[in-house]
Amino acid sequence: MTGLILPRRELIVRAGGMAAALPLLAACDRVNEAPAVRKILSMGEEMNRASQRALTDRDALAPEFGRADLSPVFRANGTRLPEGADYAAHAANGFAGWRVRISGLVARPLSLSLADLRAMPQRRQITRHDCVEGWSAIAEWMGPQLRQVLAAAGVRDAARYIVFHCADRIGGAAYYESCDMVDALHPQTILAWALNGSVLPIANGAPLRLRIERQLGYKHAKYLTGIEAVASLDKVGAGKGGFWEDRIDYEWYAGI
Amino acid sequence: MRDMEEDQSPVAPAAAPPPRVYRHRLPTRLWHWINAGTLLVMLMSGLMIFNAHPRLYWGQYGANYDQPWLSIGSKANRGYLRIAAVEIDTTGVLGRWTDANGATKTWAFPGWATIPTSYSLADGRRWHLFFAWVLAISLTLYMLWTVIGGHLRKDLHVRRPEWSPGHIWQDIKDHARLRFPTGEAAARYNILQKLSYIGVIFVLLPLMIATGLTMSPGMNAAAPWLLDLFGGRQSARSIHFILAWALVAFFLVHIAMVLLAGPVNELRSMLTGWFRLPADKPRVGENA
Repeated sequence: MTGLILPRRELIVRAGGMAAALPLLAACDRVNEAPAVRKILSMGEEMNRASQRALTDRDALAPEFGRADLSPVFRANGTRLPEGADYAAHAANGFAGWRVRISGLVARPLSLSLADLRAMPQRRQITRHDCVEGWSAIAEWMGPQLRQVLAAAGVRDAARYIVFHCADRIGGAAYYESCDMVDALHPQTILAWALNGSVLPIANGAPLRLRIERQLGYKHAKYLTGIEAVASLDKVGAGKGGFWEDRIDYEWYAGI
Repeated sequence: MRDMEEDQSPVAPAAAPPPRVYRHRLPTRLWHWINAGTLLVMLMSGLMIFNAHPRLYWGQYGANYDQPWLSIGSKANRGYLRIAAVEIDTTGVLGRWTDANGATKTWAFPGWATIPTSYSLADGRRWHLFFAWVLAISLTLYMLWTVIGGHLRKDLHVRRPEWSPGHIWQDIKDHARLRFPTGEAAARYNILQKLSYIGVIFVLLPLMIATGLTMSPGMNAAAPWLLDLFGGRQSARSIHFILAWALVAFFLVHIAMVLLAGPVNELRSMLTGWFRLPADKPRVGENA
């Protein structure tokens, strides 16, 4: 399979295959774009969510690893440096003035500093981060459990989802994510301020990011500014529960 | 494969057409075509998902800073496929190719091989994760029918004499010489057919589903033994990829055998169930 054969194959593909296949390819893409088809395909996500919720232990822990298993380099993805003078000023100040607002369907709205969050009981976990693209990296994370923060704010029974608001903007729009109460109250869902024993680097979401260990990487919102309890996702963003969900149709339930 | 049809006319035996047998029952035909379409969608949408990160690793983790055992990419205007230390120039097909509009693209697999044709990880996943359900449900039902309905016992079960090395070797030689069985023997599966069908239905496809589930972080929490079984999420991803090409290899051999054995007769039997037994005496100048 070296130089000799490939040009011929190239010719076949270009001259014969492509010309004949063009209408077929266009037809395939029309099928992909058809609203009815997309509706059917999206049933897969609902079946994955429903079956994982129904058939598996809702409190099952994601596998935890040892220090020997750490990835030599933990890859940063998505926003690596939020734009704007505001964030730059916080970064220059070591995020001493950073606040996270806990709002929405809670009895006591809170505005927490990093010192407040670090004063709470901490959870340390070495877990695997899985990007939707297919790669994985293992790192150690530390921070308070989200469920403790929600308990401190007195989240109401009407709350069905937790929305995570972020400081980073992509193409002018703020990043955000959301999850249901099963994952929000899961023991491994933490607000991480430390990565591999050091303060969270900016590329990885400083000063605070979500760890939601049973879902894919884009659910792990970085640069957290707000945590909001809501009854419905309809009025948040474009209504699909997340930045990428709204824009390119990533699954809201990213457990698979 | 049973129910020999009583269609030989008693009046004119000389002009009797070759006897027909009811070879494939409805569940087999139904599953065959559902599965064929499903696997095509799974392969093409899977290649789209691979394009999002065209590198494969062994072990629990693997990302850009780690050493892949297989990668597809583009450098210096050439496309390449690299397996361990071996690098193959694949310009035009993998890593660097020209799309239908004449634009140069550097995704791993070309647009004509992926669903959709232009890069969309989100859409590739939608197709893959929906048809994964079609695959899993239809395979489960077919496996149950195969076992309970007698297909396994009557048609796929490898009999004791067939296991003898001499018999297997003879069958390999027959296949290599394109010498296919005639008469009633043609209605039965030979040993290589039995082994490959059992291998696909009971080994390859279940392994595809299991390695696919091992890539699910939700499933890793619920069933961490899957990670132990396959040696980690990235190993499962590698095995998933390798098995996909094993299925492609099966498909290619399967199609070659259908073409050589008589495509019209084979296709008819998989559509209607009825198979015309090839005449006992091989005709001169034909592949029979």
